[in-house]
Amino acid sequence: MTDNIKHQVSDELLMAYSAGNLPEAFSLTIATHISLCDESRARLGAFDSVGGSLIETGETAELSEDSFEATMAMIENTENPIIADISGENEGVLPKPLRDYVGGDVDAVKWRSLGMGVKQAILPTSKEATARLLFIPAGTAMPDHGHVGTEMTLVLQGAFSDEVDRFARGDIEIADEHMDHTPIADIGEDCICLTATDAKLRFNSWLPRLVQPFFRI
Amino acid sequence: MEMDWSALIVKIRDERDKKAFRALFTHFAPRVKAFLMRSGADASLAEECAQEVMATLWQKAHLFDPSRASAATWIFTIARNRKIDAIRKMKRPEPEDLPWGPESEPDQEDVLALQQESTKLGDAIAQLPQKQRELIEQAYFGDLSHSEIADATGLPLGTIKSRIRLALDRLRHAMK
Repeated sequence: MTDNIKHQVSDELLMAYSAGNLPEAFSLTIATHISLCDESRARLGAFDSVGGSLIETGETAELSEDSFEATMAMIENTENPIIADISGENEGVLPKPLRDYVGGDVDAVKWRSLGMGVKQAILPTSKEATARLLFIPAGTAMPDHGHVGTEMTLVLQGAFSDEVDRFARGDIEIADEHMDHTPIADIGEDCICLTATDAKLRFNSWLPRLVQPFFRI
Repeated sequence: MEMDWSALIVKIRDERDKKAFRALFTHFAPRVKAFLMRSGADASLAEECAQEVMATLWQKAHLFDPSRASAATWIFTIARNRKIDAIRKMKRPEPEDLPWGPESEPDQEDVLALQQESTKLGDAIAQLPQKQRELIEQAYFGDLSHSEIADATGLPLGTIKSRIRLALDRLRHAMK
């Protein structure tokens, strides 16, 4: 789909996604990134193959006596579901995994203002981590912040730059506790990102820290 | 002579062949059950989920593409999704499907190439030093984050990460 993506997801996270061991918010971010990045999709294929090899060569557990018959009964009792793909158009700002959580494309997002034109929408995922869409007006800086845990940021529209590099649609930035950064949206276009965090962000100026409890950043 | 598991899935797809299904079941269901038990399910939940995974294989056989995944890889992804759903109790966001062209039979050469690669990968994993192999297994099968593996094994987190990295480098090298 997009072949000029510079910042891909790390092996460590891709392996954990393949193994099914990530919090839902991180899985959502990676699934969305892969929807935009063929190289990461191919790497995921390789990690899935490692899982396949491990199953093939792995241990076995004894089945219950009527296991096969029970499975055949299960098959016969279920109508064969013909699963039609009704995902519809692939064009739009939000790739399919994200549209499923939002209930549509960008125009369906229920934004809440954070001030200065910055808006966010928290998506419903399991509790260990939080997924949110962020809207940052063109040319605006996000408050300088550090991290307690891991933060993933995936660009969906526009671009931002920080101390590390410039990130555009499909690019993913992984920040950990060692990193303080101030992302600034490009002038040309409003920036929309998906972020996943497994702990609260720690803002370095007092004002955002004060509003943090109210906005669940 | 290794079994051609992919061909058996294709037989289920095309002919609803119960003999092919029994062969797949006998080989894979005990492996899937063991995988689910290592991921934290008790024996009865793992049994139930393993049956569901195998039933899904039957029901979704038309979605299997032997030029894109080996039988074991495909079964692994079904089992993994069941694990997230039934054991971890969350949703599994999947990447958007690629817009494939009109449905066509996969190229036999691609199927063969994929089978050879899978065999090669299996061999490469088998030849990993034991410590590296164990960590890769734990990363996939144990429901543990790296820091939890660190607690369980008493190894420093840095050692775990670098061993896993080494293992992946070896696999990449073997697959060249």
